Amino acid sequence: MKLELKFFASLREALKVSEEKITIPSSVKTIADLRIHLFERGGVWAEVLANGKSLRCALNHQMVDPSTPLQEGAEVAFFPPVTGG
Amino acid sequence: MPIRIQEGDFNLSTEIAALRKGDPRVGAVVTFLGTVRDMNDGSSVKGMTLEHYPGMTEKALQDILDQAKARWDIYQSLVIHRVGLLLPEDQIVMVVVTSAHRGEAFAACEFIMDYLKTAAPFWKKEDTPEGGRWVDARVTDETAMSRWEKK
Repeated sequence: MKLELKFFASLREALKVSEEKITIPSSVKTIADLRIHLFERGGVWAEVLANGKSLRCALNHQMVDPSTPLQEGAEVAFFPPVTGG
Repeated sequence: MPIRIQEGDFNLSTEIAALRKGDPRVGAVVTFLGTVRDMNDGSSVKGMTLEHYPGMTEKALQDILDQAKARWDIYQSLVIHRVGLLLPEDQIVMVVVTSAHRGEAFAACEFIMDYLKTAAPFWKKEDTPEGGRWVDARVTDETAMSRWEKK
């Protein structure tokens, strides 16, 4: 499955990447799976995506839960809790 | 457009006048204005940079305005949110709601701000004497939003 990843705010800074096109193996089915898949890259990825880090995720511009299934060609964004206003 | 994300400043009087123009049903206009403080979490703030998620931000804000419209008897609503570099005393965000009576407009305006604080993808990075620091989300913002779920 092909996905377009986006990272914002402190995540973008720590990872030094704001977007990335990625092809994931078929075993990666949900948002939670994807987080683990990226976590397994190690280094700074493991640091910022570790369990217990407060993260939010959006699938095609909608805020979603970790259990949400991924979709072919989707835009998936990871970011810290929002602080606008 | 009821939603604008922009770097430039905005003028409250101009925006309010445009929003209620030609609608004599309006008897109440409630406005919220958020501005940059020079102090946060014990540090002085020299300025801040606001980042957002283009594409999602507009949808999230439209969804919030739609929910407000569905819950209260309001006519028009408007959100303008600035991004980029802002300095203390600068305007950050304005919300305007028009209605026949003030009760509906007050409630809808507060609801919109509470939801914006927790659901709209904006992030603030403050410039302090100790260096740049990303603002942490506040538990009080989650609490403020959750009280709307009970009603």
